Amino acid sequence: MSLLEITDLAVHFDTEDGLVQAVRDISLTLEEGEILALCGESGCGKSVTAMSVPRLLPPGTTKLSGSIRLDGRELTTLPEPELRKVRGKDVSVVFQEPMTSLNPSFTVGYQIAEVLRRHEKLSRRAAMDRAVELLELVGIPAPRRRVKEYPHQLSGGMRQRVMIAIAVACSPRVLIADEPTTALDVTIQAGVLDVFRDLRDRLGTAIILITHDLGVVADIADRAVVMYAGRAVEQAPVAELFARPRHPYTLGLMKALPSAAVNGRLAEIPGMVPSPMSDPDECAFRARCPRAQDDCATSRPPLVRQAAGHLAACFHPGEQP
Amino acid sequence: MVWFILRRCGSAVIVLFVASVLIFLGVRALPGDPAVVMAGEEASPAVVEAIRHEFGLDKPLPAQYVDYVAQTLSGNLGRSTQDQIPVADILAERLPVTLELSALAMLVAIVVGVGSGIVASVRRGKLADYVATGFGLAGLSVPHFWLGLLGILLFAVTLRWLPASGYVPFTEDPGQNLQRMLLPALVLGTGFAAILMRQTRSAMLGALSADYVRTARSKGLAEAKVVGAHALRNSLTTVVTVLGLQLGALISGAVVTEQIFVIPGFGKLTVDAVLTRNYPVIQAVVLVTVIGYVVVNLLVDIAYAYLNPRIRLSGGGHG
Amino acid sequence: MAETLAVPVRSGRADRRRRLWRRFRRRPMPMAGLVLVAAFLLLALAGPLVTGDPSAQDYAATLAPPSGAHPLGTDDLGRDALARIAHGAQVSLQAGVLSTLLAMVIGIPIGLVAGFYRRWLDPVVMRLVDVTLAFPFLVFAVGLAAIIGPSLKGVVLALGFSQLPAIIRITRGEVLAIREMDYVAAAIADGAGDRHILFRYVLPNCANPLIVQATVAIPAAIIGESTLSFLGLGVQPPTPSWGVMLTTAQQYLDVAPWLAIWPGVMIALATLGFNLLGDGLRDVLDPRSGR
Repeated sequence: MSLLEITDLAVHFDTEDGLVQAVRDISLTLEEGEILALCGESGCGKSVTAMSVPRLLPPGTTKLSGSIRLDGRELTTLPEPELRKVRGKDVSVVFQEPMTSLNPSFTVGYQIAEVLRRHEKLSRRAAMDRAVELLELVGIPAPRRRVKEYPHQLSGGMRQRVMIAIAVACSPRVLIADEPTTALDVTIQAGVLDVFRDLRDRLGTAIILITHDLGVVADIADRAVVMYAGRAVEQAPVAELFARPRHPYTLGLMKALPSAAVNGRLAEIPGMVPSPMSDPDECAFRARCPRAQDDCATSRPPLVRQAAGHLAACFHPGEQP
Repeated sequence: MVWFILRRCGSAVIVLFVASVLIFLGVRALPGDPAVVMAGEEASPAVVEAIRHEFGLDKPLPAQYVDYVAQTLSGNLGRSTQDQIPVADILAERLPVTLELSALAMLVAIVVGVGSGIVASVRRGKLADYVATGFGLAGLSVPHFWLGLLGILLFAVTLRWLPASGYVPFTEDPGQNLQRMLLPALVLGTGFAAILMRQTRSAMLGALSADYVRTARSKGLAEAKVVGAHALRNSLTTVVTVLGLQLGALISGAVVTEQIFVIPGFGKLTVDAVLTRNYPVIQAVVLVTVIGYVVVNLLVDIAYAYLNPRIRLSGGGHG
Repeated sequence: MAETLAVPVRSGRADRRRRLWRRFRRRPMPMAGLVLVAAFLLLALAGPLVTGDPSAQDYAATLAPPSGAHPLGTDDLGRDALARIAHGAQVSLQAGVLSTLLAMVIGIPIGLVAGFYRRWLDPVVMRLVDVTLAFPFLVFAVGLAAIIGPSLKGVVLALGFSQLPAIIRITRGEVLAIREMDYVAAAIADGAGDRHILFRYVLPNCANPLIVQATVAIPAAIIGESTLSFLGLGVQPPTPSWGVMLTTAQQYLDVAPWLAIWPGVMIALATLGFNLLGDGLRDVLDPRSGR
């Protein structure tokens, strides 16, 4: 049994314009101490997939089906009070926007201590002491002073570290990091990734890293799931994925990497992502795909095994472009 | 924070100065020669001249202004032309009545307005939201004085539960005092409750969709804590700002409410003074209102600064 | 989440207006507001022509309850309450519109100049605006009534000046925002004259928020006029103002309660109409102001 098992997860949003299918039949697993990258363009459903685990999607308009099991315990049907014991304790989240994800009205120490007092039942004093240790752990200098400061007194990189300190405060089993480095300078990015690596090594935390940046994936992840239009199109260990990408979309993403730029220009994938409102029985990438053939239009390619641990959803998977 | 407060105090002093000049000039602009008025219509020019000299009315305007400020600061606000009672004494008697009414009304407004605003935002799109929003619109559209009339019509004339009007000082009979203040306070408080409800609701809706609220939820905090601590704390600055902005309306509303319920407060004094052209009283009433307005605004600014760490911890202002 | 593809369509002004109207029409509350406002205007403009003399006294029927001859009853002098309500609507409308116009005529140029030329003028104006923004208008009205005597003129002046700070602030804000727009910056760089920029670019952009502000100012002025008149500081009897009618009603509350109902209902409905209309217009015309 894996630490986290997501099976046939589908997420729909009920919007004014109709039903939006954000995630369609995703299945994936996460092992203890593993760093799994969810990658793809914005809107591909990677964040929605991850946020379904602690059910942090807007209630009321979200329809969720499938199964999410943490240590064998089903989370999708867990009553809200029980789920609140999981959030912040077993599953915690580092959000994308460090500038706005911290509450401007409370000290960072309070915001870290809060989660400790909630789950570890620590006293105010003990929680504050622990908050100082956590700030030190995530590499914030002068933590005794910083703990009494407010978010606006901290730089973006520091705020992101505070978010990480909150997320790891209760030594979660699973840490979800939603584009944790996107809003940061390149120099600070590396530092934040080091913090994640360190956490995994020290606490054995499994990490779901949501990113559109394949550079980050190559840098830190063990395994990657590439998503397109709400579905997983390729899944493989990172080394294997970069050595032998099978899906043309993955290949397109790799060509868009700055290191692969030809003559200083990034290759773009031409065309548009199909509408999330409809779901015809065809390959969703068909219109943008250089390898598209007639069969791509008649049925949807299933996610099938290409090599050991390597899955791809393509009728024409190539070893090489 | 210290700088912020000092700056606010500085501008408060400037406002008071400008207001005092305006009041001073306003009184000079009134029709009629005050010396003639004081001396009486049939007094001889010599008497008028003597009075003019006695009260310093023959001095140039700036000198007269200095006199006026000096007199005011020493607590001498002149005498009421109606009954020759010192204006300062009248104010000392009337002001507490209005303060009690305003405080009670504010209490009603904060409890009802902020409370229903929070509920409406949390239950957005549900029945409770529609009820609260409807109440907010109605409260905004109904003038105080009509609400007061309806209250009297219902509770005093028809149901005979409460006395229609009148006032019993708190020190004489607290029970009677509160019983008689209940309806006026409700009437005065309703309009503000409506405004506070609308502002609280929209501030809370903003806060509830903020990233930091999502963070709070991700920590596994109870919904009461998420709403009551994280969202509300950030909405309070809006609420405090609105309270400050509504202060003028509160003063205006108190004047009207006292008139309807025949409460011998500051507001009734104001209206009566205008209707009887009791200029010393008008002058003092306007001045005291301005002072009260400036002081409370200063308090609101300080509360705002306290609630907002960005201002509390720096020398800068907001906006 | 959903990547909605906005199709950029170049559309003319009329097209835009039609689209806004379509968005507006779908909402029930603003439409109800529009109906109420239209009814109020109709009552104020046409009502007096139909209802007859508001000062005609019927001594045979003083404080008469509603009847066929007097649908809303009569007051202490035997005057028809319905006729007085229709004429009172006219007074309310005058107070609302004139005071708002006054505030705009004075406030817009001040806001434009303060926002456009900045320098020393802007901080001075804004400081004054801050100070007066929440000043108790009644105190101002009281002072004014003391000086020029209670009258509709005094009411309009007091209400107009009390609305001035909001108008100045909104206009200035729009000017500051529009100045930063690329096409305006380009026009300035091209050496377009100040007047050209102000009238061609800046002023048209102030229109929407100012229209929305008018839907706030007019009902506030309607309530303000009736309040002042109720207190005896505004429109004087025998002119039929809703506030004056309620002053009379208060004296006869126990014998003629019907007199206290209709003027108040009219004030509430007119105000509610403008408020609903304003909320709707704000959503459509001025989505940035979150309220």
